Amino acid sequence: MIWQFPTLTALQSTEALEQLAIKQRVIDSSLGGTVPEYVLERKIETSNPFNQAYWFPEQASTYAESVDSLYMDIFFISLVFFVAIVAVMVYFCIVYRRKGGVIAPQPSSSHNTTIEILWSVLPSILLVYMFVEGAGTFWEMKVPKTDSEEIQVIAYKYGWQFIYPNGDTTSELHLVQDQPVVLKLQSKDVLHSFFVPAFRQKQDIVPGRYTTAYIEPNKAGQYRLSCNEYCGDGHSKMRTACIVHVSQEDRLANTEWKKPEYSAWENGEHLYKIHCAGCHNINSIAGTGPALNLTWNREGKTAGGEAFKANETYIKESILYPSKKIVEGFGAEGSISKMNSFKGILSETPGGDIDHVIAFLRYLQDPDSVSSEKLKDLPEEKPAAAE
Amino acid sequence: MVDKTQRNKIFGTPETTFLNHSKGFASWAFTVDHKRIGIMYMIGVTIALFLAGFFALVLRSHLFSFDGQGLPFYGKLSNADYNQMFTLHGAVMVFSFIIPSIPGALGNIVLPMMLGTKDVAFPRMNLASFYLWIIGTGCLLAAILFGGGLDTGWTFYTPYSIETDTGVIYATFGAFILGFSSIFTGLNFLVTVNTMRAKGQTWFKLPLFIWSLYATAIIQVLATPVLGITLLMLIAESTLHIGIFDPRYGGDPVLFQHFFWFYSHPAVYIMILPAMGVISELISVYSQKRIFGYSFIAFSSVAIALLGFLVWGHHMFTSGQSVVMTLIFSAITFTVAIPSAVKVFNWLATLYKGSILLNTPMCYALAFIFLFGIGGLTGLFLGALSVDIHLHDTYFVVAHFHFVMVGGTLTALLGGLYHWWPKIFGRMYNDTLGRVSCFLVFVGFNVTFFPQFVMGARGMPRRYAQYDPEFQIFHQISTIGAFVLGFGILGAFLVLVHAAFYGKLAGANPFKAASLEWQSSSPPDFHNFTHTPILNDPYDFDALVYDEELDTYISREFADPAKVPPRKEPVHH
Repeated sequence: MIWQFPTLTALQSTEALEQLAIKQRVIDSSLGGTVPEYVLERKIETSNPFNQAYWFPEQASTYAESVDSLYMDIFFISLVFFVAIVAVMVYFCIVYRRKGGVIAPQPSSSHNTTIEILWSVLPSILLVYMFVEGAGTFWEMKVPKTDSEEIQVIAYKYGWQFIYPNGDTTSELHLVQDQPVVLKLQSKDVLHSFFVPAFRQKQDIVPGRYTTAYIEPNKAGQYRLSCNEYCGDGHSKMRTACIVHVSQEDRLANTEWKKPEYSAWENGEHLYKIHCAGCHNINSIAGTGPALNLTWNREGKTAGGEAFKANETYIKESILYPSKKIVEGFGAEGSISKMNSFKGILSETPGGDIDHVIAFLRYLQDPDSVSSEKLKDLPEEKPAAAE
Repeated sequence: MVDKTQRNKIFGTPETTFLNHSKGFASWAFTVDHKRIGIMYMIGVTIALFLAGFFALVLRSHLFSFDGQGLPFYGKLSNADYNQMFTLHGAVMVFSFIIPSIPGALGNIVLPMMLGTKDVAFPRMNLASFYLWIIGTGCLLAAILFGGGLDTGWTFYTPYSIETDTGVIYATFGAFILGFSSIFTGLNFLVTVNTMRAKGQTWFKLPLFIWSLYATAIIQVLATPVLGITLLMLIAESTLHIGIFDPRYGGDPVLFQHFFWFYSHPAVYIMILPAMGVISELISVYSQKRIFGYSFIAFSSVAIALLGFLVWGHHMFTSGQSVVMTLIFSAITFTVAIPSAVKVFNWLATLYKGSILLNTPMCYALAFIFLFGIGGLTGLFLGALSVDIHLHDTYFVVAHFHFVMVGGTLTALLGGLYHWWPKIFGRMYNDTLGRVSCFLVFVGFNVTFFPQFVMGARGMPRRYAQYDPEFQIFHQISTIGAFVLGFGILGAFLVLVHAAFYGKLAGANPFKAASLEWQSSSPPDFHNFTHTPILNDPYDFDALVYDEELDTYISREFADPAKVPPRKEPVHH
């Protein structure tokens, strides 16, 4: 290959972008990447950096507007300070420059406590404003509405799987406008991060943990979704699309759904019968261990008096490390639990056995909260990974 | 008044200096002279800078095209190659260049002389620190040669760093050793400043460079061990699978991030505080004005050092740490802005009514204020929680920390080198070429990193080997800037090296600086001073007068009483 000196190309026109997008698609598929139909959500709307539209992709979530306006506030505050600092510096350097090599500083005070305290304290007020504004919107981003749809996100090297409440899965994220959504994020391997610039939302995905992200999309369209935490050779291939549909009907009709092979809760029930039923009842009566039909989302105390809420993280931990948080009344604090660890027995993989058991626990409380959709019934023999 | 022969002996061009009092490889390799160790550090960190800078140019060239630009003599980098480039760039720059740069090179030479003493408190430990630097850097490079490279990013985040088959163990061991090098330097400086100050040199008569090195040393000694322990645990985890950081064995990756940033955030201040100290000296000397608000600057260094320990969580706003913790870290982060701003305001006030000489070191100092201003102010965007969620791990962050680390520390290092070069080598550089280099560095730097703010805000994630075509124009501008910056830095060092061998003789104190190191000959004697230096206030420039015969500035006490003009201002004590 003969190396040519690269040329500077402004890829501003839609046509040029689309051509490159096609090229990009070809590259991605040749590398076995998972980038779907390339998404071009954004044309640069302005070349004026004093305008918000210069700095940001379009706003597609409820809190995007307040993120952007705080950004612009800080931008203008910084600009005022910066211009003032540089102007004073340049002015002094011109007016007080050394002329003809004669060193002649004029007498002036070398400290002034009033001024120094003033310029330490006054800018602090602006800092308080930035903190309060930022923290307020952050709180909004973190506290989900109760009627949120819950979507499971499974990130892996190098792609995404989204599991919807009905059990269907997709490799792009499909949302509905004005329908709040809580994402439960899990990683199959290393750290990843969920980032949709148009939503101004980002959340690291930590293997071994469940993290959550809350979004309220308020504008239909196609947006970029990318992995934002370095995860290996295919990191920059780990891009997909987030499509916000105008309505639930539109989403159902225009999405390529992949049906689950088995229903998650049924597999969970199956695992329950094999591994758990000896000690845990599902008829509200405690056995050797607590009754599992009362477990999901229950708030209780451990033997040591520590409060807990039986969410995914707690249940997963209790299955893998039963002695860590023994429920009050089922053993002394610090003792070894009567339950064995199921580490290595139940698969920890996101979307695997433990998630299925969790789905079963949720089903026990509210059968409508989990999907029963499936392609086929569970086979007679034990399902995969169950010993 | 001392007699003339003695005076000329002190301030004239010396025959024997620390550079020529002994010759041969062993006289350098086994020296315990802080100045020679400083010069060896200077050469070492410069090599590290150019090596890591080369990696930077390779990765910037690759990013010239959105799906990877072919490189001359090599072709297109694979994603794995690209990942190695940004990792090695970061790791070598941070651990082998920026952290040891100003304390190791300038601090080693200047600190004991500013205290009017012969050497640091533990000269052998000082030499050991340099050898540890060599071994540590060697281990980092061994990762490339024997370990199959390194592709974790300089942060070594788990569990990727445990899984990857590249030379993580070599590199973390290297960083571990470099940590000890840093601790040795810090400990040495702490003890030296505490116990070896000149007679009568109270804390508030210390130059501000000393205050900043002292604050830095506190961080080096207190924070670096945490990095050492963390990296050892990482090595243990990779080899023994104990289950500290890897969820497969029951560990927690977020724990690693806490440990890592508990060191690496204070390390940011290890990098920037000495730079601020250098700038305080330069602004004052080249305006010939007493530094404005001495005690505010001095205490702001200490405040930054202490607050720096309480803000590590702001690197983890998106990591899934609790909301309350995130709010607290954001609040404390904003408080760090105040002492940093105080310093900038004080530097500006120092310029007021000064007699400003716009020579090379001063140009670098002014460039520092400009670039650090941008670096500091963009930190506000990242401290604000909601905005940070959007900007975290995008090119906005990349631009922000380069403005602080390169725009701040590197320009201060260059400014400091130009300032103390005539003292160290006794020869003056070509000021015009020096200023040209400063101009190239300044322009190249801004062209490189300013577009990255725009990309970041628009959602370009960092560490991407390919990216969306809409960002291509910004990447191309950035790449062009990087080459200008590279040539600027190369030029700056060429001017210095040329000066060290062929420059005009500089004289003992060509800039009319008042701190004690300028009371030695240039280059200094092996023992630093051939007389007991006269303790001046380090910012009392009126205490110096021009001596025609020697063509340099000397203390009033040494000058011919008949020719000494009356004092302009009352003496501060």
